[in-house]
Amino acid sequence: MDDKSKQLHADTARDTGAADKAGGGMGYLESVPRRVVTLYLPLLVFLFVLLFPFYWMATTSLKPNAELLSHEGNPFWVAAPTLEHFKHLIFETPYPEWMWNTILVSVVATFTSLTASVLAAYAIERLRFRGAKPAGLAIFLAYLVPPSILFIPLAAIVFKLGLFDTRWALILTYPTFLVPFSTWLLMGYFRSIPYELEECALIDGATRWQILVKIILPLAVPGLISAGIFAFTLSWNEFIYALTFVSSSEVKTVPVGVVTELVEGDVYHWGALMAGALLGSLPVAILYSFFVEYYVSGMTGAVKE
Amino acid sequence: MHRLLNNRNFLGLLFMLPAAVLLLLFLTYPLGLGTWLGFTDTKVGRAGHFIGLENYQFLWGDSVTRLALFNTIFYTTVASIIKFALGLWLALLLNRHIPFKSFIRAIVLLPFIVPTALSAIAFWWIYDAQFSIVSWALVKMGVITTYIDFLGDPWMARFSTIAANIWRGVPFVAICLLAGLQTISPSLYEAAALDGATPWQRFRYVTLPLLTPIIAVVMTFSVLFTFTDFQLIYVLTRGGPLNATHLMATLSFQRAIPGGSLGEGAAVATAMVPFLLAAILFSYFGLQRRAWQQGGKD
Repeated sequence: MDDKSKQLHADTARDTGAADKAGGGMGYLESVPRRVVTLYLPLLVFLFVLLFPFYWMATTSLKPNAELLSHEGNPFWVAAPTLEHFKHLIFETPYPEWMWNTILVSVVATFTSLTASVLAAYAIERLRFRGAKPAGLAIFLAYLVPPSILFIPLAAIVFKLGLFDTRWALILTYPTFLVPFSTWLLMGYFRSIPYELEECALIDGATRWQILVKIILPLAVPGLISAGIFAFTLSWNEFIYALTFVSSSEVKTVPVGVVTELVEGDVYHWGALMAGALLGSLPVAILYSFFVEYYVSGMTGAVKE
Repeated sequence: MHRLLNNRNFLGLLFMLPAAVLLLLFLTYPLGLGTWLGFTDTKVGRAGHFIGLENYQFLWGDSVTRLALFNTIFYTTVASIIKFALGLWLALLLNRHIPFKSFIRAIVLLPFIVPTALSAIAFWWIYDAQFSIVSWALVKMGVITTYIDFLGDPWMARFSTIAANIWRGVPFVAICLLAGLQTISPSLYEAAALDGATPWQRFRYVTLPLLTPIIAVVMTFSVLFTFTDFQLIYVLTRGGPLNATHLMATLSFQRAIPGGSLGEGAAVATAMVPFLLAAILFSYFGLQRRAWQQGGKD
């Protein structure tokens, strides 16, 4: 019976144009045991596997060393939780510095890329200058160039520019993957804004710059947030450039610092490593939790366009 | 001046300038420079000379490079197929009526958004030879008697790294395919059901054909990411044991940065390009088909 009412909801949702109830429309035809076996059980297994590493990260970071290295007791639970590892990380390692670097580099790279992308996307999508189409295609192709084949020549360039081992090396190279992505995404958003608005403004004597700042940008705020969030997490997660272009501890980012400096010799400080991994993941996870819809639409939008 | 600012060609180029400078200097130029470096014997701190195809000849005869190529293809093929299968399955599950749907969808994507290097460290600990939680659980359940050496044995290491890659990649595939599934009109399923189609037939003849274009694009991206993967291998095994998990990307890093042979490393990286081009062409034709199916031009 309960499913019947859901069906009603599905119908109203469909009427309002939300097609996200596809497949569920005929859910009432299913029996409960069948639903458990074909839906809830596999879903539970998926969720368990996908989330277990995080749980394991968190419990490990709270365990005292003695508990970590003992084969007694139940490893899934923390018998005597301690914040020792976090204390060690924050007060006895350069971790806070790495965190600051990561924030700084991600924020500056994101804003630089967004600015460049807004202008480029507007030019390609709306100004339709001669060569706009090839430029759009070039942006898409640039989006497909992976950092793994760029880092060696980029290292040579960074060195020649005298930027090696500085934050600028990262701030200037991150846009290579951020600009193509955000431009592509924003082009899609700008396309959805009606031309008529712009034509009215032109007739009223607005310049292109005024149109962009006063009409297009306010309407494209969701797109800007999507691109911004996505670009920020991409820069936060970047690894190979940060590993190659930076070598002193005080300019490292969190992922590189944790991987290269918290691992000393053969003795792994698992507690501190997991605490570092957890703290390094939290900022993006929290940011993501506030903007899930924007993030998802950014990700799927970039693929669908 | 005023006239110039109203000229769309001039203004267009002006607006393109910041992005163009950034991309030309840090993307196009390095792309060319990388290809050039592949034909030289450049070392760190020493300018190289043109040596033609010598790097490639050396790499072709180098057993480690051949192994890395095999590993990369094996890693990409196995991981992509499993990511596709599991991702599609998860997308179909998430597309059904479930309580807390949006919440579940949000947490499913977590493995994809946290830094790979950091989640790889968690996997490193899960795969630890002495304290692995997986081994512990399996021993307690009586499935195995000794702890599994996840990263010490060549084939075990290959499959362990593939498993970690799948863990990270499935959410991406699933959420993208879910977005595709949500665009399929429910009335098509109702029509099929009225015509007596079984659930399998509904999947095979309604879902799959309508989803094919987006599958092509998503899987191209997935293959691109997997083929050029670096972080996961670097953190978990650094290419070991016995180079069994070296991918082209990790090999080129090892030869170029710690090894100092920029030319050789660049040649390894350039050798990936033909494979990437193949994937991009595949994507291009996937997109074409999409435009055609929606009644678009060309």
